[in-house]
Amino acid sequence: MTVIKSKNNKNTGEKVGEKINGFHKNGFVNHKLVSVDETCIDKNGSIESNQDINNQYKRDENFKESFEQPTLITACLTYLGFYLLMIIGYINQLFFVPKVATEKNRDDYVPLFAAFESFYLRYVYRRVKDCWNRPICSCPADTVTLKDRVTKDYGWTFEFTGTETKCLNLGSYNYLGFAQNKGPCADDAIESIHKYGIATYSPRRELGTNALHTELEKLTAEFLGVEDAIVFGMGFATNALNLPSLLSPGCLVISDEKNHASIILGLRLSGATIKVYKHNNTHHLEKVIQQAIVNGQPNGKPWKKILIILEGVFSMEGSIVKLPEIIEIKKKYGAFIYLDEAHSIGATGNHGRGVCDFYGINPKDVDILMGTFTKSFGSAGGYIGGSKSLISFLRANSHAHCYASSMAPAVTQQILTSMKIIMGLDGTNEGKKRIDQLARNTRYFRKRLAQIGVITYGHEDSPVVPMLVYLFSKIGAVVRTLTKRQIAVVGAGFPATPIMEGRIRFCLSAAHTKEQLDYALQVIDEIGDSLGLKYSRKPRDLNQIEY
Amino acid sequence: MLQTESTPYIFSELYNIIFQAPAYVLFLEFSLLLLVVWIIIHKQSNGEKSLSKEEREEIIRNWKPEPLVTEIDQNHPALVNNHIIDGTVGKYITVDGIKCLNMATHNYLGLEEYPKIKESAINCIQKYGVGSCGPRGFYGTVDVHLELEERLAKFMDQEEAVVYSYAFSTIASAIPAYSKRTDIIFADECVNFAIQKGIDASRSRVVYFKHNDMRDLEKKLIEQHKLDLKNPKKAAKTRRFLVAEGIYVNTGEMCPLRELVELRSKYKLRLFLDETVSFGTIGQHGRGITELLCVDKSEVDLISASLENAVESIGGFCVGSHFIVEHQRLSGLGYCFSASQPPFLTQAAISALDIFENEPKIFNQLNDTAEKVDEQFRYFSKLELRGHPISPVKHLYLKDIDDSDKCEKILRKIADECIKKGLAVAYSEYLPVEKFPPRRSLRITINRLLTEDDITNAFKILEEVSKSVV
Repeated sequence: MTVIKSKNNKNTGEKVGEKINGFHKNGFVNHKLVSVDETCIDKNGSIESNQDINNQYKRDENFKESFEQPTLITACLTYLGFYLLMIIGYINQLFFVPKVATEKNRDDYVPLFAAFESFYLRYVYRRVKDCWNRPICSCPADTVTLKDRVTKDYGWTFEFTGTETKCLNLGSYNYLGFAQNKGPCADDAIESIHKYGIATYSPRRELGTNALHTELEKLTAEFLGVEDAIVFGMGFATNALNLPSLLSPGCLVISDEKNHASIILGLRLSGATIKVYKHNNTHHLEKVIQQAIVNGQPNGKPWKKILIILEGVFSMEGSIVKLPEIIEIKKKYGAFIYLDEAHSIGATGNHGRGVCDFYGINPKDVDILMGTFTKSFGSAGGYIGGSKSLISFLRANSHAHCYASSMAPAVTQQILTSMKIIMGLDGTNEGKKRIDQLARNTRYFRKRLAQIGVITYGHEDSPVVPMLVYLFSKIGAVVRTLTKRQIAVVGAGFPATPIMEGRIRFCLSAAHTKEQLDYALQVIDEIGDSLGLKYSRKPRDLNQIEY
Repeated sequence: MLQTESTPYIFSELYNIIFQAPAYVLFLEFSLLLLVVWIIIHKQSNGEKSLSKEEREEIIRNWKPEPLVTEIDQNHPALVNNHIIDGTVGKYITVDGIKCLNMATHNYLGLEEYPKIKESAINCIQKYGVGSCGPRGFYGTVDVHLELEERLAKFMDQEEAVVYSYAFSTIASAIPAYSKRTDIIFADECVNFAIQKGIDASRSRVVYFKHNDMRDLEKKLIEQHKLDLKNPKKAAKTRRFLVAEGIYVNTGEMCPLRELVELRSKYKLRLFLDETVSFGTIGQHGRGITELLCVDKSEVDLISASLENAVESIGGFCVGSHFIVEHQRLSGLGYCFSASQPPFLTQAAISALDIFENEPKIFNQLNDTAEKVDEQFRYFSKLELRGHPISPVKHLYLKDIDDSDKCEKILRKIADECIKKGLAVAYSEYLPVEKFPPRRSLRITINRLLTEDDITNAFKILEEVSKSVV
């Protein structure tokens, strides 16, 4: 059995203001691993006691997670700006009949779409529509080539200009830089098309399993340090089509409020009762769990089982889950954990093996490890890892395993090759180099952003870096300005985030060089002044930041 | 000055109001106040039991969860039947090292004859890599996605198409994008599992009608109409949808589209048609059931189909009018929140469409082959055939045996024995959570390249094996 003790650093409260539910509203949240008496996976996947990891955490004692809040004025302006957009939109709607398509031959039908939804899309979202769904025409590697398009009618329609713009890619989920059109991954993938064809045309349960699938399942289990694993052809479907078979009415799910849409869909399909806890707030989680056990089901019976669902790295918040504390809670109350590592597998931990690796936790302490191959592995699909009995259960009951087509051979091969590189099984240290490069890029970029004075959310070691711009219109302004300066980034606003928290998201990659990041930082610094993005009130570190 | 003078005046005014009011008014107001206070207090304590700390801890200590999963029997077919496929899948398939005639996987059109598809996919990997590393909204839209969407819309003679990265998630995302909690869905009881999950996700009220039974459907629509007359306000806000498959993958039967369309307009329903099997297989140009039955495109609101069967790629798509389809780009969960289709699979689909457009004869050939199979496979002594003659998917059921467990065992044995003799047929797998568990069957798929000899040979093997096993 492994013991991990972790608690919020007492000192931080004094440093940075009030503490609300173990969650500092105006500053940092510190994890400090007091004692790490831990077994850990080594490079080859075997479990052994690892002194390295202890040292690692001693070095990293003060790693931080930050959710700095803006001033009241910014908050008011943000709401005001949003309402202004809405009012202008309503006026616009009164005077101008849009030239959008209408439904034909369906007279006297109940309208297909809700009125507010149509309004929002046409008169609010349309103004910034050009910031999303941008077509690309190259491999989404460290740089990406955008297909230029213009709109001559304020976002109703777009036309391609025929030109292309090469941009620094801070938008794609290419954490370890495996999105490559050359090199061993691409070569092996092409070879697999020669050998196995394009697809399998059958679900896994029928005649859709080939040697690549079984090899990948074995390798994934070894990579994760669990007994067995099962893989699926789509990451989204891994959540949406497996959660329903694991849960039933009478089960309770306690879900982080920032969980991904696929989890929410899976839970909705399962018929289980869902309770939500505040984002990454273990105190609130414990309160919810206690309350739930005491109250039982609405019909008076006790809950059948309780499943805590969370993500390793949250894709919109950039935070890393407080796994050690949550494992303590799980053990105390007899709940189970479902950990979605879509953004953390490959991207966190010394060996790229996700948040368990990051904290030095035995992966067997997490009941269900789920993740996707889209991001760090540069491919597609998802996996679930865990005990033998769990995986056998899924082989018999998973919706995706029984009905959906199995993974395409080239997609499978890409994962196999990239995973072997990460694990060092290719005989080089290429994988380790990529992992270290990503970690270095992440720390450097986040520190430099803090120095510039913008507000970023999340954990120091998370390669997902959301930069808060608050105002809805600033999302559009920043994305457009950065594109002009040849940097591709992702913007997110209402309804993907709360109205208050419009943000720009940077996704770092091992493929980025220091020069590329420096260029991006220089541009952000410049536009930070002209667009007013430097909201942070924290003291700035004026020293040169080492790469 | 003013304040000191007016204050006592206000008090005397209040005094007058209270004491000159009739007693019943005061009583009423007082009881209202009490009610408000009671509601506030009650709301706070709602859902919480008033227990002491010890009692709470006692309950928490005593709560014992069920295990995470029930233990699965090691002899469960899903764990035992691990057929491994080797090499490419085409007219022949290598199962566990045995080369078999392929009547089990869904590559109906035999596109292995066109090496161009593979070449274009390989070129695509050399340009874009394997994965797209992002959802469509966030730099995951590659130019080939736009090309495929345009081509699909053109091919189907529709205004717009959206491509999903997984066929299962296509219709399962499309239905909840339109149908909401207060709406009603009428669906055939044999719809495939993806549609069932889409309906579940929408949380709409669902009415299942008997398989392809238009009288039953109309009966249910009339019932609903009577309900609507009772509550016209609610009816004015309830959207109604009709969901059917072109060719049902679970039965091989074709839907009576013309009758469905008639009922659709009579009862003001919107019709969603899933052409998972019928797209690229029937109709003169392979456009599916609307082409085959000459139904105008405006009669069907949304068509969804799979790229995993006839097109021999991975993914799915929806086509329809701009008004309807565009909505999915922000509301189709599987579209917005999933990584986009790997570009090389998109390119493979585009190349397949090239062939569809240039050589429409392949659809006729497939239909002919299907009919030939249909003629021969009607004469098994122990098995009965179900499915439309030109459907590329047909089912074989055991004659005279009703017990589904027994059927399952026998059919699995037949499938395994056939593989040993060089014929791949699939026992069609269903989960126990199906809404209406389909009758146990062997699923036969038809490949365009099957010759008459192949069919006769397959018939002989199946007849021989089924005779010996039953």
